[in-house]
Amino acid sequence: MHGLINRAIQSFVCLTYGRDRWEKVMQCADLGFEEFEAMLVYDDQCSERVLRCLCRELDRDLSEILEDLGTFLVSHPDLEPLRRLLRFGGGGYLEFLHSLDDLPDRTRLAVSDLHLPKLELREFATGHFNLSCAADLPGFGHVMMGVLRAMADDYGALAFLEMQKSADQKEVIRIALLDSAFAEGRGFDLGARAE
Amino acid sequence: MIDQAQLSGILRALCPMHVIVNATGHITCVGPTLAKLRPDQTFLGTRFLETFEMTRPRMVSCMADLLALKQARVKLRFRDAPETALKGVLISLPGGAGAVVGLSFGISILDAVRDYQLTEADFAATDLAIELLYLVEAKTAAMEASRSLNLRLQGAKIAAEEQAFTDTLTGVKNRRALDHILSRLAGRKTPFSLMHLDLDLFKAVNDTYGHAAGDQVLQTAARIMVEQTRSEDTVARIGGDEFVLLFEGDRDAAKLAGIADRLIRRIEAPICFEGQECAVSASIGIARADSGTQSDPLSILHHADLALYCAKRAGRGRHRFFTPDMLSPQTPQTPQAKFG
Repeated sequence: MHGLINRAIQSFVCLTYGRDRWEKVMQCADLGFEEFEAMLVYDDQCSERVLRCLCRELDRDLSEILEDLGTFLVSHPDLEPLRRLLRFGGGGYLEFLHSLDDLPDRTRLAVSDLHLPKLELREFATGHFNLSCAADLPGFGHVMMGVLRAMADDYGALAFLEMQKSADQKEVIRIALLDSAFAEGRGFDLGARAE
Repeated sequence: MIDQAQLSGILRALCPMHVIVNATGHITCVGPTLAKLRPDQTFLGTRFLETFEMTRPRMVSCMADLLALKQARVKLRFRDAPETALKGVLISLPGGAGAVVGLSFGISILDAVRDYQLTEADFAATDLAIELLYLVEAKTAAMEASRSLNLRLQGAKIAAEEQAFTDTLTGVKNRRALDHILSRLAGRKTPFSLMHLDLDLFKAVNDTYGHAAGDQVLQTAARIMVEQTRSEDTVARIGGDEFVLLFEGDRDAAKLAGIADRLIRRIEAPICFEGQECAVSASIGIARADSGTQSDPLSILHHADLALYCAKRAGRGRHRFFTPDMLSPQTPQTPQAKFG
Protein backbone atom coordinates (compact mmCIF):
# COMPACT_ATOMS: atom_id res chain seq x y z
CA MET A 1 0.00 0.00 0.00
CA HIS A 2 1.29 3.42 -0.89
CA GLY A 3 3.10 5.33 1.84
CA LEU A 4 0.72 8.27 1.43
CA ILE A 5 -2.17 6.09 2.60
CA ASN A 6 -0.17 4.67 5.50
CA ARG A 7 1.07 8.12 6.35
CA ALA A 8 -2.53 9.40 6.32
CA ILE A 9 -3.47 6.75 8.88
CA GLN A 10 -0.44 7.73 10.98
CA SER A 11 -1.25 11.47 10.88
CA PHE A 12 -4.87 10.73 11.74
CA VAL A 13 -3.94 8.67 14.81
CA CYS A 14 -1.18 11.03 16.00
CA LEU A 15 -3.22 14.22 15.61
CA THR A 16 -6.49 12.76 16.89
CA TYR A 17 -5.43 10.37 19.64
CA GLY A 18 -1.85 11.39 20.34
CA ARG A 19 1.62 10.21 19.53
CA ASP A 20 1.78 7.70 22.40
CA ARG A 21 -1.27 5.83 21.11
CA TRP A 22 0.38 5.59 17.69
CA GLU A 23 3.57 4.23 19.24
CA LYS A 24 1.52 1.57 21.02
CA VAL A 25 -0.18 0.64 17.75
CA MET A 26 3.17 0.34 15.98
CA GLN A 27 4.61 -1.75 18.80
CA CYS A 28 1.66 -4.08 18.48
CA ALA A 29 2.02 -4.21 14.68
CA ASP A 30 5.71 -5.06 15.16
CA LEU A 31 6.87 -3.87 11.75
CA GLY A 32 10.32 -2.82 12.95
CA PHE A 33 9.69 0.89 12.44
CA GLU A 34 7.42 3.57 13.82
CA GLU A 35 7.11 6.05 10.98
CA PHE A 36 5.69 5.55 7.53
CA GLU A 37 7.35 7.49 4.72
CA ALA A 38 4.81 9.19 2.47
CA MET A 39 6.75 8.53 -0.71
CA LEU A 40 7.64 4.88 -0.26
CA VAL A 41 5.46 1.89 -1.03
CA TYR A 42 4.80 -0.71 1.68
CA ASP A 43 3.53 -4.24 1.63
CA ASP A 44 -0.28 -4.41 1.97
CA GLN A 45 0.14 -6.58 5.05
CA CYS A 46 1.81 -3.69 6.89
CA SER A 47 -1.32 -1.57 6.61
CA GLU A 48 -3.59 -4.47 7.51
CA ARG A 49 -1.62 -5.17 10.69
CA VAL A 50 -1.57 -1.51 11.66
CA LEU A 51 -5.34 -1.23 11.19
CA ARG A 52 -5.97 -4.43 13.16
CA CYS A 53 -3.84 -3.14 16.04
CA LEU A 54 -5.50 0.25 15.79
CA CYS A 55 -8.98 -1.28 16.22
CA ARG A 56 -7.74 -3.11 19.30
CA GLU A 57 -5.99 -0.05 20.75
CA LEU A 58 -9.02 2.23 20.23
CA ASP A 59 -11.55 -0.54 20.88
CA ARG A 60 -13.61 0.59 17.88
CA ASP A 61 -14.88 -0.95 14.65
CA LEU A 62 -12.68 -0.52 11.62
CA SER A 63 -15.52 1.00 9.59
CA GLU A 64 -15.99 3.78 12.17
CA ILE A 65 -12.26 4.50 12.33
CA LEU A 66 -11.98 4.66 8.55
CA GLU A 67 -14.91 7.04 8.28
CA ASP A 68 -13.29 9.31 10.85
CA LEU A 69 -10.09 9.09 8.84
CA GLY A 70 -11.97 10.32 5.77
CA THR A 71 -13.42 13.27 7.69
CA PHE A 72 -10.00 14.04 9.13
CA LEU A 73 -8.40 14.14 5.66
CA VAL A 74 -10.72 16.93 4.57
CA SER A 75 -11.18 18.91 7.74
CA HIS A 76 -7.84 18.99 9.57
CA PRO A 77 -5.95 22.25 8.99
CA ASP A 78 -2.66 20.37 8.52
CA LEU A 79 -4.13 18.68 5.48
CA GLU A 80 -5.43 21.85 3.82
CA PRO A 81 -3.57 21.04 0.55
CA LEU A 82 -5.63 17.85 0.24
CA ARG A 83 -8.91 19.69 0.82
CA ARG A 84 -7.93 22.15 -1.89
CA LEU A 85 -7.13 19.36 -4.34
CA LEU A 86 -10.59 17.90 -3.72
CA ARG A 87 -12.22 21.30 -4.20
CA PHE A 88 -10.72 21.43 -7.68
CA GLY A 89 -13.32 18.78 -8.47
CA GLY A 90 -16.02 21.36 -8.98
CA GLY A 91 -17.57 24.66 -8.05
CA GLY A 92 -20.45 23.05 -6.14
CA TYR A 93 -21.12 19.79 -4.29
CA LEU A 94 -23.08 18.36 -7.20
CA GLU A 95 -20.20 18.94 -9.61
CA PHE A 96 -17.85 17.60 -6.99
CA LEU A 97 -19.87 14.37 -6.82
CA HIS A 98 -19.69 14.07 -10.59
CA SER A 99 -15.93 14.60 -10.48
CA LEU A 100 -15.46 11.52 -8.26
CA ASP A 101 -15.36 9.26 -11.32
CA ASP A 102 -12.11 11.02 -12.20
CA LEU A 103 -10.65 10.89 -8.69
CA PRO A 104 -8.37 7.87 -9.23
CA ASP A 105 -7.05 9.41 -12.47
CA ARG A 106 -6.55 12.79 -10.85
CA THR A 107 -4.68 11.08 -8.04
CA ARG A 108 -2.41 9.27 -10.47
CA LEU A 109 -1.74 12.57 -12.24
CA ALA A 110 -0.26 13.84 -8.98
CA VAL A 111 1.44 10.68 -7.71
CA SER A 112 1.83 8.18 -10.52
CA ASP A 113 2.10 5.07 -8.33
CA LEU A 114 -0.81 5.85 -6.04
CA HIS A 115 -3.70 3.72 -7.24
CA LEU A 116 -7.14 4.31 -5.74
CA PRO A 117 -10.11 2.02 -6.40
CA LYS A 118 -12.34 2.93 -9.32
CA LEU A 119 -15.30 5.05 -8.30
CA GLU A 120 -18.59 5.19 -10.16
CA LEU A 121 -21.38 7.66 -9.50
CA ARG A 122 -24.90 6.83 -10.69
CA GLU A 123 -27.82 9.19 -10.35
CA PHE A 124 -30.99 7.14 -10.03
CA ALA A 125 -33.36 9.98 -9.26
CA THR A 126 -32.85 13.72 -9.09
CA GLY A 127 -30.54 14.38 -6.17
CA HIS A 128 -30.19 10.67 -5.38
CA PHE A 129 -26.96 8.89 -6.17
CA ASN A 130 -25.11 5.66 -5.67
CA LEU A 131 -21.33 5.82 -5.44
CA SER A 132 -19.81 2.39 -5.85
CA CYS A 133 -16.19 1.72 -4.95
CA ALA A 134 -14.34 -1.11 -6.65
CA ALA A 135 -13.52 -3.93 -4.25
CA ASP A 136 -9.72 -3.81 -4.57
CA LEU A 137 -9.18 -1.78 -1.41
CA PRO A 138 -11.61 -3.02 1.26
CA GLY A 139 -12.69 -0.25 3.61
CA PHE A 140 -12.05 2.50 1.09
CA GLY A 141 -15.81 3.06 0.86
CA HIS A 142 -15.87 3.96 4.55
CA VAL A 143 -13.06 6.45 4.06
CA MET A 144 -15.03 7.96 1.17
CA MET A 145 -18.10 8.22 3.45
CA GLY A 146 -16.07 10.43 5.77
CA VAL A 147 -14.65 12.41 2.86
CA LEU A 148 -18.08 12.99 1.31
CA ARG A 149 -19.60 14.05 4.67
CA ALA A 150 -16.81 16.54 5.30
CA MET A 151 -16.88 17.83 1.72
CA ALA A 152 -20.64 18.41 2.01
CA ASP A 153 -19.90 20.66 5.00
CA ASP A 154 -17.08 22.26 3.08
CA TYR A 155 -19.39 23.18 0.19
CA GLY A 156 -22.21 24.09 2.54
CA ALA A 157 -24.44 21.33 1.13
CA LEU A 158 -26.94 19.23 3.06
CA ALA A 159 -26.59 15.59 2.14
CA PHE A 160 -27.69 12.31 3.64
CA LEU A 161 -25.23 9.45 3.28
CA GLU A 162 -25.64 5.76 3.94
CA MET A 163 -23.36 2.77 3.47
CA GLN A 164 -24.52 -0.31 1.62
CA LYS A 165 -22.95 -3.44 0.22
CA SER A 166 -23.75 -4.45 -3.33
CA ALA A 167 -24.28 -8.04 -4.42
CA ASP A 168 -20.73 -8.21 -5.86
CA GLN A 169 -19.16 -7.08 -2.54
CA LYS A 170 -18.60 -3.55 -3.77
CA GLU A 171 -18.96 -0.89 -1.14
CA VAL A 172 -21.77 1.42 -2.20
CA ILE A 173 -22.61 4.78 -0.69
CA ARG A 174 -26.17 6.06 -1.12
CA ILE A 175 -26.19 9.81 -1.35
CA ALA A 176 -29.26 12.01 -1.06
CA LEU A 177 -28.40 15.61 -1.86
CA LEU A 178 -31.14 17.54 -0.07
CA ASP A 179 -29.88 21.08 -0.51
CA SER A 180 -26.71 22.08 -2.29
CA ALA A 181 -26.74 25.59 -0.79
CA PHE A 182 -27.82 24.80 2.74
CA ALA A 183 -25.07 26.72 4.53
CA GLU A 184 -22.28 29.08 3.63
CA GLY A 185 -19.51 26.47 3.48
CA ARG A 186 -15.85 27.20 3.43
CA GLY A 187 -14.23 29.41 0.85
CA PHE A 188 -12.09 28.24 -2.02
CA ASP A 189 -9.85 30.77 -3.72
CA LEU A 190 -8.22 29.35 -6.84
CA GLY A 191 -5.24 31.64 -6.48
CA ALA A 192 -4.56 31.08 -2.78
CA ARG A 193 -2.27 28.14 -2.89
CA ALA A 194 -2.08 26.20 0.35
CA GLU A 195 1.21 26.60 2.13
CA MET B 1 -25.12 34.51 -41.97
CA ILE B 2 -25.24 35.39 -38.29
CA ASP B 3 -25.03 38.96 -37.11
CA GLN B 4 -22.46 40.31 -34.70
CA ALA B 5 -24.75 40.11 -31.67
CA GLN B 6 -25.30 36.40 -32.26
CA LEU B 7 -21.60 35.89 -32.88
CA SER B 8 -20.65 37.58 -29.65
CA GLY B 9 -23.28 35.57 -27.75
CA ILE B 10 -21.67 32.35 -28.97
CA LEU B 11 -18.19 33.64 -28.31
CA ARG B 12 -19.04 34.62 -24.72
CA ALA B 13 -19.62 30.97 -23.90
CA LEU B 14 -17.00 29.41 -26.13
CA CYS B 15 -14.26 31.86 -25.43
CA PRO B 16 -14.91 34.12 -22.44
CA MET B 17 -11.68 35.96 -23.16
CA HIS B 18 -12.35 37.14 -26.72
CA VAL B 19 -12.17 40.59 -28.26
CA ILE B 20 -13.95 41.76 -31.38
CA VAL B 21 -12.24 44.61 -33.17
CA ASN B 22 -13.83 46.64 -35.99
CA ALA B 23 -12.23 47.82 -39.24
CA THR B 24 -10.80 50.94 -37.59
CA GLY B 25 -9.14 48.93 -34.80
CA HIS B 26 -11.63 49.85 -32.07
CA ILE B 27 -12.92 47.26 -29.64
CA THR B 28 -16.61 46.52 -30.13
CA CYS B 29 -16.99 43.56 -27.81
CA VAL B 30 -15.06 41.78 -25.02
CA GLY B 31 -15.73 38.46 -23.34
CA PRO B 32 -16.84 38.40 -19.68
CA THR B 33 -13.58 37.06 -18.23
CA LEU B 34 -11.46 39.56 -20.13
CA ALA B 35 -13.74 42.33 -18.88
CA LYS B 36 -13.22 41.03 -15.34
CA LEU B 37 -9.48 41.62 -15.65
CA ARG B 38 -10.07 45.36 -15.90
CA PRO B 39 -13.30 46.00 -13.97
CA ASP B 40 -12.89 49.80 -14.05
CA GLN B 41 -12.06 50.04 -17.70
CA THR B 42 -14.45 50.52 -20.56
CA PHE B 43 -13.03 48.49 -23.37
CA LEU B 44 -15.72 49.39 -25.85
CA GLY B 45 -14.63 52.11 -28.25
CA THR B 46 -10.97 52.08 -27.23
CA ARG B 47 -8.24 51.12 -29.65
CA PHE B 48 -7.18 47.51 -29.42
CA LEU B 49 -3.49 48.33 -29.87
CA GLU B 50 -3.66 51.03 -27.20
CA THR B 51 -4.96 48.56 -24.65
CA PHE B 52 -2.74 45.66 -25.66
CA GLU B 53 0.86 45.53 -26.75
CA MET B 54 1.58 42.87 -29.35
CA THR B 55 4.63 40.82 -28.47
CA ARG B 56 4.25 38.34 -31.27
CA PRO B 57 4.22 39.03 -34.15
CA ARG B 58 6.21 42.13 -33.24
CA MET B 59 6.00 44.21 -36.40
CA VAL B 60 2.30 44.96 -35.89
CA SER B 61 1.99 48.69 -35.29
CA CYS B 62 -1.35 49.61 -36.84
CA MET B 63 -4.71 48.05 -37.54
CA ALA B 64 -3.84 47.40 -41.19
CA ASP B 65 -0.93 45.21 -40.06
CA LEU B 66 -3.26 43.38 -37.73
CA LEU B 67 -5.93 42.68 -40.36
CA ALA B 68 -3.27 41.61 -42.85
CA LEU B 69 -2.46 38.69 -40.58
CA LYS B 70 -5.71 36.98 -41.66
CA GLN B 71 -5.25 34.17 -39.18
CA ALA B 72 -2.32 34.02 -36.80
CA ARG B 73 -1.22 32.94 -33.36
CA VAL B 74 -0.62 36.01 -31.29
CA LYS B 75 0.97 36.92 -28.00
CA LEU B 76 0.20 40.18 -26.29
CA ARG B 77 0.04 41.86 -22.94
CA PHE B 78 -1.84 44.63 -21.21
CA ARG B 79 -0.12 47.99 -21.53
CA ASP B 80 -1.08 48.92 -17.95
CA ALA B 81 -0.22 47.00 -14.79
CA PRO B 82 -0.51 44.17 -14.04
CA GLU B 83 0.93 43.55 -17.50
CA THR B 84 -0.57 40.06 -17.73
CA ALA B 85 0.65 38.17 -20.77
CA LEU B 86 -2.00 36.56 -22.95
CA LYS B 87 -1.82 34.18 -25.86
CA GLY B 88 -4.35 33.32 -28.48
CA VAL B 89 -5.39 33.44 -32.07
CA LEU B 90 -6.50 36.29 -34.32
CA ILE B 91 -8.92 35.71 -37.17
CA SER B 92 -9.78 38.52 -39.60
CA LEU B 93 -13.46 38.95 -40.39
CA PRO B 94 -14.50 38.72 -44.04
CA GLY B 95 -14.47 41.88 -46.12
CA GLY B 96 -12.03 43.73 -43.86
CA ALA B 97 -14.77 44.16 -41.24
CA GLY B 98 -12.31 43.71 -38.38
CA ALA B 99 -11.09 40.72 -36.45
CA VAL B 100 -11.89 38.34 -33.62
CA VAL B 101 -9.13 37.62 -31.12
CA GLY B 102 -9.55 34.59 -28.85
CA LEU B 103 -7.31 34.77 -25.81
CA SER B 104 -6.18 32.68 -22.85
CA PHE B 105 -3.62 33.05 -20.10
CA GLY B 106 -1.15 30.42 -21.17
CA ILE B 107 1.64 30.09 -18.69
CA SER B 108 0.69 33.28 -16.82
CA ILE B 109 -2.33 31.44 -15.40
CA LEU B 110 -0.82 31.03 -11.91
CA ASP B 111 -0.29 34.76 -11.47
CA ALA B 112 -3.59 35.56 -13.14
CA VAL B 113 -5.80 33.56 -10.77
CA ARG B 114 -4.10 35.33 -7.88
CA ASP B 115 -4.16 38.81 -9.39
CA TYR B 116 -7.77 38.68 -10.57
CA GLN B 117 -9.52 36.33 -8.11
CA LEU B 118 -10.72 34.12 -10.93
CA THR B 119 -13.02 31.19 -10.32
CA GLU B 120 -13.84 28.05 -12.23
CA ALA B 121 -16.78 29.84 -13.87
CA ASP B 122 -14.41 32.30 -15.54
CA PHE B 123 -12.88 29.64 -17.75
CA ALA B 124 -14.32 28.04 -20.85
CA ALA B 125 -15.58 24.49 -20.30
CA THR B 126 -12.83 23.27 -22.64
CA ASP B 127 -10.11 25.27 -20.94
CA LEU B 128 -7.57 23.12 -19.08
CA ALA B 129 -6.77 25.94 -16.65
CA ILE B 130 -8.42 24.25 -13.67
CA GLU B 131 -6.66 20.97 -14.41
CA LEU B 132 -3.38 22.85 -14.71
CA LEU B 133 -3.90 24.60 -11.38
CA TYR B 134 -4.86 21.29 -9.83
CA LEU B 135 -1.72 19.68 -11.20
CA VAL B 136 0.53 22.46 -9.94
CA GLU B 137 -0.86 22.14 -6.42
CA ALA B 138 -0.85 18.34 -6.47
CA LYS B 139 2.73 18.22 -7.71
CA THR B 140 3.81 20.82 -5.17
CA ALA B 141 2.34 18.72 -2.36
CA ALA B 142 3.92 15.53 -3.73
CA MET B 143 7.25 17.31 -4.17
CA GLU B 144 7.09 18.56 -0.60
CA ALA B 145 6.58 15.00 0.64
CA SER B 146 9.51 13.82 -1.47
CA ARG B 147 11.69 16.63 -0.24
CA SER B 148 11.03 15.83 3.39
CA LEU B 149 11.84 12.18 2.66
CA ASN B 150 15.11 13.28 1.06
CA LEU B 151 15.98 15.37 4.09
CA ARG B 152 15.35 12.46 6.44
CA LEU B 153 17.38 10.11 4.25
CA GLN B 154 20.19 12.66 4.19
CA GLY B 155 20.16 12.75 8.01
CA ALA B 156 20.16 8.95 8.16
CA LYS B 157 23.07 8.85 5.71
CA ILE B 158 25.14 11.24 7.83
CA ALA B 159 24.40 9.16 10.93
CA ALA B 160 25.35 5.95 9.10
CA GLU B 161 28.59 7.49 7.87
CA GLU B 162 29.36 8.70 11.35
CA GLN B 163 28.85 5.13 12.56
CA ALA B 164 30.97 3.72 9.77
CA PHE B 165 33.85 5.96 10.87
CA THR B 166 33.56 5.17 14.56
CA ASP B 167 35.14 2.36 16.54
CA THR B 168 32.09 0.97 18.32
CA LEU B 169 34.01 -0.25 21.39
CA THR B 170 35.80 2.96 22.30
CA GLY B 171 33.84 5.63 20.44
CA VAL B 172 36.98 7.07 18.84
CA LYS B 173 37.55 7.02 15.05
CA ASN B 174 38.36 3.75 13.32
CA ARG B 175 40.91 2.73 10.69
CA ARG B 176 38.60 3.77 7.84
CA ALA B 177 38.21 7.21 9.29
CA LEU B 178 41.98 7.57 9.72
CA ASP B 179 42.62 6.46 6.10
CA HIS B 180 40.04 8.99 5.01
CA ILE B 181 41.72 11.81 6.90
CA LEU B 182 45.21 10.76 5.76
CA SER B 183 44.13 10.71 2.12
CA ARG B 184 42.70 14.18 2.61
CA LEU B 185 46.09 15.33 3.93
CA ALA B 186 47.96 13.77 1.01
CA GLY B 187 49.02 16.31 -1.55
CA ARG B 188 48.64 19.22 0.84
CA LYS B 189 51.51 21.13 2.28
CA THR B 190 49.99 21.49 5.71
CA PRO B 191 52.19 20.22 8.55
CA PHE B 192 50.89 17.46 10.78
CA SER B 193 52.21 14.96 13.31
CA LEU B 194 51.30 11.36 13.98
CA MET B 195 51.61 9.34 17.15
CA HIS B 196 51.41 5.61 16.93
CA LEU B 197 50.49 4.29 20.37
CA ASP B 198 50.55 0.65 21.39
CA LEU B 199 49.45 -0.56 24.82
CA ASP B 200 52.10 -2.56 26.71
CA LEU B 201 51.11 -5.67 28.67
CA PHE B 202 47.61 -5.56 27.18
CA LYS B 203 47.71 -9.22 26.22
CA ALA B 204 48.45 -10.14 29.85
CA VAL B 205 45.32 -8.30 31.04
CA ASN B 206 43.21 -10.09 28.44
CA ASP B 207 44.66 -13.47 29.36
CA THR B 208 44.43 -12.97 33.11
CA TYR B 209 41.14 -11.13 33.60
CA GLY B 210 39.31 -11.90 30.37
CA HIS B 211 38.06 -9.88 27.39
CA ALA B 212 35.66 -7.75 29.40
CA ALA B 213 38.60 -6.41 31.41
CA GLY B 214 40.55 -5.86 28.18
CA ASP B 215 37.62 -3.92 26.73
CA GLN B 216 37.50 -1.71 29.79
CA VAL B 217 41.24 -1.00 29.48
CA LEU B 218 40.81 -0.05 25.82
CA GLN B 219 37.88 2.24 26.65
CA THR B 220 39.77 3.92 29.45
CA ALA B 221 42.91 4.38 27.35
CA ALA B 222 40.84 5.84 24.50
CA ARG B 223 39.13 8.24 26.89
CA ILE B 224 42.50 9.42 28.19
CA MET B 225 43.68 10.05 24.62
CA VAL B 226 40.58 12.08 23.84
CA GLU B 227 41.04 14.08 27.04
CA GLN B 228 44.71 14.79 26.34
CA THR B 229 44.09 16.07 22.79
CA ARG B 230 42.18 18.98 21.35
CA SER B 231 38.85 18.48 19.64
CA GLU B 232 40.37 19.16 16.20
CA ASP B 233 42.94 16.39 16.70
CA THR B 234 42.08 12.84 15.68
CA VAL B 235 42.21 9.75 17.87
CA ALA B 236 41.72 6.46 16.02
CA ARG B 237 41.87 2.86 17.10
CA ILE B 238 43.41 1.02 14.17
CA GLY B 239 43.89 -2.44 15.64
CA GLY B 240 43.45 -4.51 18.83
CA ASP B 241 45.44 -2.29 21.20
CA GLU B 242 46.91 0.10 18.63
CA PHE B 243 45.92 3.71 18.36
CA VAL B 244 46.97 6.57 16.09
CA LEU B 245 46.76 10.20 17.15
CA LEU B 246 46.86 12.80 14.42
CA PHE B 247 47.68 16.43 15.12
CA GLU B 248 47.04 18.80 12.25
CA GLY B 249 49.04 22.02 12.21
CA ASP B 250 52.51 22.84 13.42
CA ARG B 251 53.22 21.36 16.88
CA ASP B 252 56.76 21.64 18.15
CA ALA B 253 58.57 18.53 19.35
CA ALA B 254 58.59 19.57 23.02
CA LYS B 255 54.81 19.93 23.07
CA LEU B 256 54.36 16.54 21.41
CA ALA B 257 56.82 14.94 23.84
CA GLY B 258 54.82 16.46 26.69
CA ILE B 259 51.56 15.04 25.37
CA ALA B 260 53.15 11.60 24.86
CA ASP B 261 54.54 11.51 28.39
CA ARG B 262 51.25 12.61 29.93
CA LEU B 263 49.43 9.90 27.95
CA ILE B 264 51.82 7.21 29.14
CA ARG B 265 51.66 8.40 32.75
CA ARG B 266 47.88 8.44 32.82
CA ILE B 267 47.53 5.09 31.03
CA GLU B 268 49.93 3.55 33.55
CA ALA B 269 47.57 4.41 36.42
CA PRO B 270 45.87 1.13 37.40
CA ILE B 271 42.48 0.59 35.81
CA CYS B 272 39.87 -1.02 38.03
CA PHE B 273 37.76 -3.85 36.68
CA GLU B 274 35.43 -5.73 39.04
CA GLY B 275 37.74 -5.19 41.98
CA GLN B 276 40.88 -6.18 40.05
CA GLU B 277 43.57 -3.68 39.19
CA CYS B 278 44.70 -3.98 35.61
CA ALA B 279 48.08 -2.43 34.97
CA VAL B 280 49.13 -1.55 31.45
CA SER B 281 51.49 0.95 29.94
CA ALA B 282 51.96 2.44 26.49
CA SER B 283 54.73 2.95 23.97
CA ILE B 284 54.55 5.79 21.50
CA GLY B 285 56.30 6.52 18.22
CA ILE B 286 56.08 10.06 16.87
CA ALA B 287 56.65 11.31 13.32
CA ARG B 288 56.18 14.81 11.93
CA ALA B 289 55.45 16.13 8.48
CA ASP B 290 57.13 19.52 8.20
CA SER B 291 55.39 22.50 6.75
CA GLY B 292 56.28 23.43 3.20
CA THR B 293 57.21 19.93 2.11
CA GLN B 294 54.61 17.79 0.48
CA SER B 295 54.80 14.56 2.41
CA ASP B 296 53.03 11.29 1.89
CA PRO B 297 50.89 10.65 4.99
CA LEU B 298 51.36 6.90 4.65
CA SER B 299 55.14 7.20 4.83
CA ILE B 300 54.77 9.45 7.89
CA LEU B 301 52.60 6.74 9.41
CA HIS B 302 55.36 4.25 8.59
CA HIS B 303 57.90 6.53 10.29
CA ALA B 304 55.73 6.67 13.41
CA ASP B 305 55.57 2.88 13.25
CA LEU B 306 59.38 2.61 13.16
CA ALA B 307 59.70 5.04 16.05
CA LEU B 308 57.18 2.96 18.04
CA TYR B 309 59.30 -0.12 17.40
CA CYS B 310 62.36 1.68 18.78
CA ALA B 311 60.40 2.84 21.84
CA LYS B 312 59.32 -0.75 22.52
CA ARG B 313 62.88 -1.99 22.12
CA ALA B 314 64.15 0.71 24.43
CA GLY B 315 62.06 -0.79 27.23
CA ARG B 316 58.36 0.16 26.96
CA GLY B 317 56.50 2.96 28.71
CA ARG B 318 58.32 5.62 26.70
CA HIS B 319 58.12 7.61 23.47
CA ARG B 320 60.55 7.98 20.58
CA PHE B 321 60.65 10.48 17.74
CA PHE B 322 61.36 9.21 14.27
CA THR B 323 64.92 9.84 13.05
CA PRO B 324 66.17 8.99 9.55
CA ASP B 325 68.66 6.41 10.89
CA MET B 326 65.66 4.24 11.87
CA LEU B 327 65.27 3.62 8.12
CA SER B 328 68.76 2.04 7.90
CA PRO B 329 69.03 -1.66 7.00
CA GLN B 330 70.27 -2.84 10.43
CA THR B 331 66.86 -1.98 11.82
CA PRO B 332 64.87 -5.22 11.66
CA GLN B 333 62.32 -5.10 8.84
CA THR B 334 59.42 -6.22 11.01
CA PRO B 335 58.39 -3.01 12.71
CA GLN B 336 54.80 -4.15 12.93
CA ALA B 337 55.63 -7.18 15.06
CA LYS B 338 53.49 -7.29 18.16
CA PHE B 339 54.95 -6.95 21.59
CA GLY B 340 51.79 -7.37 23.63
